[in-house]
Amino acid sequence: MTLKNKLLEPGEHFLQGNQALAEGALFAGCNFFAGYPITPASEVLEHLAKRMPQLGRICIQMEDEMASIGTAIGASWAGAKAMTATSGPGFSLMQEFIGYAFMTETPLVIANIQRQGPSTGQATKAAQGDVMQARWGTHGDYMPIVLSPNSPQEMFDLTIRAFNLAEKYRTPVVLLADEIVAHMREKVVIPKACEIEVFERKKPKSKNEPFFGGETIPPMPSVGEGFNVAVTGSTHNEFGVRFTADPEVHRKLAERLVGKICLDAERIFDVETYGIENCDVGIVAYGCISRSVYEVIELAKNKDINVGFVRLKTLWPFPEKFVKILAEKAEFIVVPEMNLKQVFYEVQRVAACEAKVFPLNKVGGGEIITPEEILAKILEVRT
Amino acid sequence: MMSEKFSMRNYLRGLKYPFCSGCGNFTIANAFLRAVFELGHKDLSKFVFCSGIGCSSWIPSPYFLADSIHTPHGRSIPVATGVKLMRPELNVVVFGGDGDIAGIGLSHLIHAARRNVDITVFMVNNMVYGMTGGQVAPTTPLHMKTSSTPYTSFEYPIDVVNLVVEAGACYAARWTTIHQKELREAMKKAILTRGFSFVEIVSQCPTMFGRRAGFKNVTEMLEWFRKNSISVEEAERISEEELSGKIVVGEFIRRTRPTLTDMIREVMRKAKEETSIEG
Ligand SMILES: Cc1ncc(C[n+]2csc(CCOP(=O)(O)OP(=O)(O)O)c2C)c(N)n1
Ligand code: SF4
Ligand SMILES: [Mg+2]
Repeated sequence: MTLKNKLLEPGEHFLQGNQALAEGALFAGCNFFAGYPITPASEVLEHLAKRMPQLGRICIQMEDEMASIGTAIGASWAGAKAMTATSGPGFSLMQEFIGYAFMTETPLVIANIQRQGPSTGQATKAAQGDVMQARWGTHGDYMPIVLSPNSPQEMFDLTIRAFNLAEKYRTPVVLLADEIVAHMREKVVIPKACEIEVFERKKPKSKNEPFFGGETIPPMPSVGEGFNVAVTGSTHNEFGVRFTADPEVHRKLAERLVGKICLDAERIFDVETYGIENCDVGIVAYGCISRSVYEVIELAKNKDINVGFVRLKTLWPFPEKFVKILAEKAEFIVVPEMNLKQVFYEVQRVAACEAKVFPLNKVGGGEIITPEEILAKILEVRT
Repeated sequence: MMSEKFSMRNYLRGLKYPFCSGCGNFTIANAFLRAVFELGHKDLSKFVFCSGIGCSSWIPSPYFLADSIHTPHGRSIPVATGVKLMRPELNVVVFGGDGDIAGIGLSHLIHAARRNVDITVFMVNNMVYGMTGGQVAPTTPLHMKTSSTPYTSFEYPIDVVNLVVEAGACYAARWTTIHQKELREAMKKAILTRGFSFVEIVSQCPTMFGRRAGFKNVTEMLEWFRKNSISVEEAERISEEELSGKIVVGEFIRRTRPTLTDMIREVMRKAKEETSIEG
């Protein structure tokens, strides 16, 4: 890849997942990155450290993950499209600020390249253990948007989508990738820049508009534009002024913040489905493990088993609609994950009495769940 | 032409400050807005304020009629850094308590001074965690009674001004709330400094610190500041023993170094040069 003072040329490129993520961010208009080194996310920082100055954009390594996300939040309020990237331990350190970004409605992209935890666990090995941290990691009530790529191509595509969703809904968006997808090298097709949809946040027209209420997704001013905007993580009224005495003010705010995502969930959901209308067996998978399922579908066909597949490209809000269809059609559903049951419980909740749900889990060593193992599970529960 | 008179009201939203009566934060808010006025700013449109959590973090936000970002506890400096990098032409000013800036947020302070980001930090040192009920702070003098050191404090306090000087600040000063004129001048210099600037303001918290520490009223606390303050120059002449318990006031450093923004611009220039050869 020859690097020039511009975005990648349209056409086929051979990229590492983390590089594709970084290049996607550049296409989305990311002009501010702050991060702290951590395996397996460091390539994002290193790649952007090389690329962003070429494009006159800012990339800086901070003293820790709190400073990284904090600096990105400050940049976002100064008008930037900002991003940070990390892995589990750093994601944990960012949680207080992630809640702050929800509460202050700050557009921001946080890439979490998952590795095996808890703690430093197996730091270089892939895992999918942060699905629930991404959902519930910070304190209080909120609904995060969390995307799950399964190839370098999707590292590129979903990073752009993450920025667009962040801008559209005025909220932090998590790109929840994993070490396998981040470190694999594959063909990535880059469209022409003019064919890539890029969304910009809505700006206020006058000083009198409420920046923290009124509309479901209020317009966002930047600092330094004369709006006298007051930003606070404390409960605030429609004008951003701290107002902690009235239970109603908090209720209204919390319900709007959760509602702006949940009420529009249909538009946020993104799934890939295969044969869900006509299947015997269902599989719900995401990220690196979903790559095994394509082969399972073929292997099962040879045994006259029709597999219906829901691949979650959006993990949160949870794409209930598609899992429900699958549960209605399939006798049972298998949920293979590189953790000790996380999305399994969510599928079980949605499937309710319609289908029995079976977990298939593997942790340690970054070993994937193979197509054969998934097929064996199907055959096992079928008898 | 008649020169305009200073009025604090011109710079405020009109909300009532939440401070206890006699709190040093009133004095500090007043000193700052006067400094801004004397620098010729009729409003705060050229400023962005960032503050953390604590009584002193309420000095700018939401009370100043300005852009203000009230961050999580101890995290105002990273947020201010992000704002400054995107909008270098704005004056980015941080207000925070000793707990906020020198306790939970200390590493950000050191790194901001080290990387010479062109922001101004005002740290209100009331020697205690005021807002949470008067617990010991990293700045509490040794052997003081606080709500979390009922048998008196047993740790040595930190000298934050010397720390930021070592870390690379371009301007650093310490004054107390009795030095109103000096404080105002220091605030002006800090705002005008190109590079990282820091002013520590030793201040009184009569409610959560004064009472427990044995001061009868605000006047006694201010008298304590007056008696114990010695200038930087004088401090150099006396022994370390004589210096213990003293508040060293004055200007500690004034220097010029390229700022973080200067450095990043230089990197952008290098990156463009290299790639144009390559491609
Ligand atoms: C992460 C976190 N820990 C603890 C607190 C509780 N807390 C609020 S203010 C404060 C200390 C304030 O002390 P200081 O910064 O000195 O400000 P002061 O009130 O004395 O002006 C603490 C511990 C918090 N808000 N967030
Ligand atoms: S508790 Fe102390 S610092 Fe806080 S407002 Fe009261 S006097 Fe001021
Ligand atoms: Mg304090």
